[in-house]
Amino acid sequence: MSELTWGLWQLLLSGAWVTVQLTVYSAALGAVVAFGIGIARTHRLWIVRFLSGLYMEIFRGTSALVLMFWLFFVLPVAFGWQLLPLWAAVLALGLSYGAYGSEVVRGAVAAVSPAQREAGVALSFTPAQQLRKIIIPQAWPEMIPPFNNLLIELLKGTALVSIMGVGDIAFGASLIRNATGQSAPVYTIILLMYFVLAFVLTRGMRVVERHAKAGIGQAPPDSGSGLLGKLSLRRQTAVTGDATSAGGI
Amino acid sequence: MSADSNPGNHTTEHTNPTADGRELIRFDKVTKRFGDNTVLDNLDFTVAAGKHVTLIGPSGSGKTTILRLLMTLLKVDEGTIRVDGDYLTHEEKGGKLVPAGERHTREVRKKIGMVFQQFNLFPNMKVLRNIMEAPVHVLGLGKDEAEQRARELLDLVGLGDRCDAYPTQLSGGQQQRVAIARALAMRPQVLLLDEVTSALDPELVAGVLDVLRDIAHTTDITMLCVTHEMNFARDISDDVLMFDAGRVIESGSPDKIFSDPEHERTREFLSAVL
Repeated sequence: MSELTWGLWQLLLSGAWVTVQLTVYSAALGAVVAFGIGIARTHRLWIVRFLSGLYMEIFRGTSALVLMFWLFFVLPVAFGWQLLPLWAAVLALGLSYGAYGSEVVRGAVAAVSPAQREAGVALSFTPAQQLRKIIIPQAWPEMIPPFNNLLIELLKGTALVSIMGVGDIAFGASLIRNATGQSAPVYTIILLMYFVLAFVLTRGMRVVERHAKAGIGQAPPDSGSGLLGKLSLRRQTAVTGDATSAGGI
Repeated sequence: MSADSNPGNHTTEHTNPTADGRELIRFDKVTKRFGDNTVLDNLDFTVAAGKHVTLIGPSGSGKTTILRLLMTLLKVDEGTIRVDGDYLTHEEKGGKLVPAGERHTREVRKKIGMVFQQFNLFPNMKVLRNIMEAPVHVLGLGKDEAEQRARELLDLVGLGDRCDAYPTQLSGGQQQRVAIARALAMRPQVLLLDEVTSALDPELVAGVLDVLRDIAHTTDITMLCVTHEMNFARDISDDVLMFDAGRVIESGSPDKIFSDPEHERTREFLSAVL
């Protein structure tokens, strides 16, 4: 194994930063799509359910790679405007992982007891209020483990962008391999880099999950804090919950 | 008590004046089917304002269906329901009755509160917020006013010290008392009680019934109650309706129904449950 020079390491580290950015932006878009489509699929109007179902089937059934190519290469020809490769990638990943995520949202929403909705009706909440105040907060903790899976899938899926010349980890690795002619060290290193990133995501989602469950009284947060401490922890939870619902895919 | 939902008609213990005797609830030829099973068959009945009416009868006789129709958790197949003169799920347009929009129904429904067998508190909200949420976001009450009222109601049901608990940290009886406070916080004219003690451990039943007795005897809220607690029914009711197979087969004062029922079916039922 030949030593990697500092310059080559820099290439990998800046690639890691691009990978992180891609993951965060795609996850944010994916979360918006997942909640939008997932909730639309429980709508009382059939046309809304139909259209959202159609979206889900189309974007779940098409390859993210092909979609990315389509957005990058076909869009300019067809409509005359060119997306930056990074944003074409974010769009493709966000739209397709959002389609997967919408099933997670739909399932978790459907799993909330119908009696909760009935209690909402009995208090004359509007359907939107029932969703926002009653259903989603209870469904949210159930979404986190499957979201974690999708998030890690997405992280690894970002490697597709290297094909379009976006300088992520995988792109850096292929440059180094071409330059040094050696595959083993560089691919071993990026294997570990992806693993470390995925591990960090998983730990983060664990924390989010624990706080979310505490927020519906399922698993009280760590003891030792007084009432005030608990309150501030809960408030923090709410913020974390919101923040991650925007990046939860 | 503080849940004096019909202002101007303050009452004393053990009198349940009928306000002006106006009809608060009216079922006109209501039919409800589940598949081939007709649960309510051309049902007519009325409840006057301020009355406490208890529905009894064998299970499957349609008692709970009546409450769920009133709460619009189920749809009527035929007939109409009126609450305080307004059609619940219909609107008059050009002299014709047409199905009403969601908004109309929600407005009429605000006059009705319901307590469920399984409490159905919101597990994602602490006790105080369970009670405050609807008054603030549905009735548009100020936060301070809603909170003060929520605390008064919690005191009334004997849980003034559990404001900051999550529902899962309470016993079934405590949860049910919070659910009663939550329903009263909306100042409904009618309170629907759907077998509210059926899911409770026996030793917790008395606490919940005491709270309801208190409410029945000190406010002029109208109550429509499905229960298997016959002593409670006798205690609070002005009228008892005996249901069987989707019809009211007998009605009258609790004394009459429980002591001297006319129908054989009522006698059978009472001897089975008493």
